[in-house]
Amino acid sequence: MTRPARVVWTLLIGVPILAFAAWALQDNARLFVITLLNGLTLASLYFIVASGFTLVFGLMRNVNLAHGSLYLLGGYLGFFTAQFTGSWLLALAAGFAAAAVVGLAMQVSIFRFMPGQDLRQTMVTIGLSIVIADLLMWIIGAQVHQMSPPAVLDGPLRGLPVIRAYSTYRLSLLPIGIVIGVALWLFLNRTRVGMMIRAGVDDRAMLAAAGINVNLIFATTFAIGAGLAGLGGVIGAVELSMVPGEDTRLLLASLVVVIVGGMGSVVGAALGAAILGLAETYGLAYAPTYSVVFTFVILVLVLAFRPRGILGRPA
Amino acid sequence: MSAADWRRAMNLQPPRAGAAGGPRSGGASAPRPRRQLTNPVRVRHVLVLAFLIAYPWFATPFFTFQIGAQSLALGLIALSLTFLAGAGGMISLAQMTVAGLAGYMVAIFGTAATNGVTLGWPWWLAVLIAIAIAVLAATFIGWLSVRTEGIYTIMITLAIGVAFYYLTLQNYEVFNGFQGEQKVFPPTLAGLYWRDPVPFYYLTLACALAGYLFVLYLLRTPFGIALQGIRDNARRMRALGFNVTAHRVAAYAVAGAIAAVGGVLFTWYNGLVTPGSVGTGWLINILVIAVLGGMRHPIGAFLGAIVFVLLQNFAIDVFDRERFNLVIGLVFLVIVLFSRDGLLGWWAALSARMSTQRGGSPWTAARKRLYAR
Repeated sequence: MTRPARVVWTLLIGVPILAFAAWALQDNARLFVITLLNGLTLASLYFIVASGFTLVFGLMRNVNLAHGSLYLLGGYLGFFTAQFTGSWLLALAAGFAAAAVVGLAMQVSIFRFMPGQDLRQTMVTIGLSIVIADLLMWIIGAQVHQMSPPAVLDGPLRGLPVIRAYSTYRLSLLPIGIVIGVALWLFLNRTRVGMMIRAGVDDRAMLAAAGINVNLIFATTFAIGAGLAGLGGVIGAVELSMVPGEDTRLLLASLVVVIVGGMGSVVGAALGAAILGLAETYGLAYAPTYSVVFTFVILVLVLAFRPRGILGRPA
Repeated sequence: MSAADWRRAMNLQPPRAGAAGGPRSGGASAPRPRRQLTNPVRVRHVLVLAFLIAYPWFATPFFTFQIGAQSLALGLIALSLTFLAGAGGMISLAQMTVAGLAGYMVAIFGTAATNGVTLGWPWWLAVLIAIAIAVLAATFIGWLSVRTEGIYTIMITLAIGVAFYYLTLQNYEVFNGFQGEQKVFPPTLAGLYWRDPVPFYYLTLACALAGYLFVLYLLRTPFGIALQGIRDNARRMRALGFNVTAHRVAAYAVAGAIAAVGGVLFTWYNGLVTPGSVGTGWLINILVIAVLGGMRHPIGAFLGAIVFVLLQNFAIDVFDRERFNLVIGLVFLVIVLFSRDGLLGWWAALSARMSTQRGGSPWTAARKRLYAR
């Protein structure tokens, strides 16, 4: 993008947003700030789930449409672990591990045998998502499960300026998301395995030719990506509730996040998650009937002007 | 390659194959006799048609309506996807969205029991407007998603479909939210109530046959052949001067029209249209039907629909009634894992093997196997 174009775009998008923010702050500052926090914390959850999705996609060109099912699976397992042990950290670990193991099994038993057949792999994940969703409903039932937050983070945080009080757990999602994002970035950019994964994103054949066991790298990536979905499930099990259908919702969120942000890019996922989270919560707060339409309009605009997403690169 | 060779290669229609298969190679270089403009009408065609026409005479009303008419209506919606994916190489998950939109429009412009809008216009006007709006929507969806290819298309059409689902769920003014539109029935015409099993069966049969023959015809028109060329090699077609984007968007519009007719029929069959009818479950069911049957030939959509409806009605007697999704998910997995192109793929592999055993020349068998990929 040339510099004048960038300036025009910044003005075109920035001025209406600033105008809206000024009006909303003037009108009801508390509502505006609470919505901002709600949006950012929701974005944090979306980022955790979608970063796994984008990681798997970027490396393997595999659109894992069972990602939402892995989210729900992790959430349920975290819920039961927390019920038995009473430890939230153990629940997080269990959610991550369960989803990672299922993801690993999918990669080792199925996708390894159909390399390069993107469409077929996607079809398989659709079939798997139907099967997993129905199995979960069979075993666990259709009633709503909600996890209670860990004792430390329970209850509201009081004494904040402007908004006075805010849910401690909800606020803690923000640092959790940032920590996971930074850890992921460090892992991808500063470790040897991360280097191999990035090399695989750029050129799989060359990586294999350099003597790297590509199947091992693929399996690791798939396990981490799936595990992030499960981790998101446990985190989301407190804030959102767990019920059949949530898998679709989070799958849609992941899809929109990576389409808007750009496939295969962790930074893009963060950007996309922030946009989607803020758009959804502001839509709900200021124009409840049309919040979905906002999401859709953003999707359309991004696709119309940047078909590969905001930070996407040609494949 | 000389210019004459190129011209000949381009005039040959590439073999049809499912989009579900991997990248195909060297289709145009294989020796293949020039396809005739009309397929000969074989005995089996006459037999199938006679069976379809005679079907309500010996089937019970349950089989006529629940199995026959439902399969045909669903098959018509799946046909739009088979055309889009098989001929155009674009797998859209939003075909049920287009169909559901047509159903909603019939209810909104025609008559329905709803708290939302219902204008009560004559049925034919409502149907025409519904199909027109659905085609417009399909064109828009196409315009959006042709910027992407392959798996990206799946993701974007899925996102569009789920967004429409949430819109119908949350909007009460027009779409009446969770309740949707109830009591959307076909009219009484010429002394017949068209939702009675036998008239409704013939109505869906007529529409399904028209759609099937239309797709068969379209695949032989210059447009259809160009579309298949774009599926096989978009770059070469662009270099030859074809407007790739326009062809793809037009394919979406045509598929949208087929899906809209199917959607109106399916809405009449159910008597209602709710957010559930356009939810992820149904978006994926249409894909399941198309993949189950196979995408190499339009008949696959109807084969898939029959298998799907039979499973829906009878597999649950063997298993638990609640576990239909598990059964259909497993069947879908088996088909995707073990067949390159659904039931039609198995059929092609089987007939290729049979012809070698029956002493057909190994050359014919090899050629069939080549096209069976």
